[in-house]
Amino acid sequence: MSTIVDYKKVVERIDQKFGAKVRSPEEPYGMLTLKTDRDSIIPLLQFLRDDEEMQFIFLTDICAVHFPDRAEKFEVVYHIHSFMHNLRVRLKVALSGEPKIPTAVDVFKSANWMERETYDFYGVIFEGHPNLKRILNVDEMTIFPMRKEYPLEDNTRSDKDDKMFGRINVNREN
Amino acid sequence: MMSKPQNIKHASDLLEKPTITLNIGPTHPATHGVFQNVVEIDGERIVSGDSTIGYIHRAFEKIAEHRPFYQVTPLTDRLNYCSSPINNMGWHMTVEKLLGVKVPKRAQYLRVIIMELARISDHIVCNSVIGVDTGALTGFTYVFQWREKIYEIFEEVCGARLTTNIGRVGGLERDFNEIAFKKLEDFLRDFPKGWKEFENLLVRNRIFMDRTRTVPTTPEFALQYGFTGPNLRATGVDYDVRVMSPYSSYEDFDFKIPVGTKGDTYDRFMVRNQEIWESLKIIRQALDKLPEGPYHADAPQFYLPPKEEVYNNMEALIYHFKIVMGEIDAPKGEVYHSVEGGNGELGFYLISDGGRAAYRLHFRRPCFIYYQAFTEMVKGCLLSDAIVAMSSMNIIAGELDA
Repeated sequence: MSTIVDYKKVVERIDQKFGAKVRSPEEPYGMLTLKTDRDSIIPLLQFLRDDEEMQFIFLTDICAVHFPDRAEKFEVVYHIHSFMHNLRVRLKVALSGEPKIPTAVDVFKSANWMERETYDFYGVIFEGHPNLKRILNVDEMTIFPMRKEYPLEDNTRSDKDDKMFGRINVNREN
Repeated sequence: MMSKPQNIKHASDLLEKPTITLNIGPTHPATHGVFQNVVEIDGERIVSGDSTIGYIHRAFEKIAEHRPFYQVTPLTDRLNYCSSPINNMGWHMTVEKLLGVKVPKRAQYLRVIIMELARISDHIVCNSVIGVDTGALTGFTYVFQWREKIYEIFEEVCGARLTTNIGRVGGLERDFNEIAFKKLEDFLRDFPKGWKEFENLLVRNRIFMDRTRTVPTTPEFALQYGFTGPNLRATGVDYDVRVMSPYSSYEDFDFKIPVGTKGDTYDRFMVRNQEIWESLKIIRQALDKLPEGPYHADAPQFYLPPKEEVYNNMEALIYHFKIVMGEIDAPKGEVYHSVEGGNGELGFYLISDGGRAAYRLHFRRPCFIYYQAFTEMVKGCLLSDAIVAMSSMNIIAGELDA
């Protein structure tokens, strides 16, 4: 139990078990980031949680990111934490086509509302979720408001030109 | 007399069912915020429940994608508004991590003082409200004068009281002045006596203990449901972001992480109580060790220059203009930073695409995550215990709904 686990070891362990399904380990700003696919994410979370040595027993966060310009338009990001070794790992799943991903509720119960929130704002469907409905927005809402195609303000307004106020991201052109 | 079985078939949605449906909220005084719980009660015991939230959702994450970084700070104020300085600092530190700005020691220590004051004021509110919900209104009205004293210090430091917008990316907007230090010393001198009195009122009070030694939680349950902060520590898990991943020089200070054993309402109350004493210790140490030096980083691209320089110095004027207009490009990258907020791990997940605003900003709001466990926790408990348990979980509607 007292073996020291660091990011190198975590990557090694995952590599043994999952091989090419978990790709491109990076460490932006000191947090190990791994990419995987929608079929491997739940077994991966389960493996990291139940592994005697690593014990990533805590799910910190689930959220989604929308990339309208990419082929894989949505990315679901998981942050998990091992209290035992004080390590945080970020797992990313890029979703192409209709955004669907299996639910993590069976691994971490806290995923329940996090996934509802992600669904509410991005329309990512978590398959097998016990109660996948809107959580912060009204039930009658038909859009998923955090997607990039929805502007922040009413775009029929003519009294404001966002270009003048640095609110438009020049590099993003939208 | 033997009761005969009756041959009446109840429709499942008939009013005559063995349980009663009760609405608590959305504007019930016991919820201390705008959210709704619909509970099924059998007599006084809760059979099941369902929470509805989102009544004050204000789309902060969407707004943050369209605003320069410094304009996001006032949004973080309105998450956990009982301890907004912690949110502000957490946000500044996230941006500083992204930009790679090193904040000088003095600013870090001053930030620690502000954050610990905010933690005290947060815990004062939560603990005294537990008193209110058990029928002890006196303590609540009495300790609010100490929260007032803390707000006076904030006012001296940044001009605002509740939604503080305190500090800047890169440090603080100004150094503490003489009056702030004086008020801080007065607070450190007088507050322990006042808080001791509050403790005497409740800590070993038989009625209070009978009411609060209810709704226990186990560490396994708490970890599964993503508890952090005092609620997690009350179950006996010593997870505190200040110690696990120290930020703003918390590693320089000597303090303890109080933990509970049963994870019940009383433990949550006591953990907060003890944390107040530890926070006082941290503030004392920070004041004693306070280094001399600048109160902000030397990062003219990101740190708003002082007004007198703007009027007299060309570079400062240019940077002032660029920063205020949000015309500074941030580097590309993604960063997660978390701080120990008043009620748990407050995390900021920031993705920058090299533009002037965040490409994506996600707030990990502690009470949003652990509040989902509430209906599970109170199953089989008395309704009156559930009310006290709810206030002991320190749920802040602003943070819940973002």
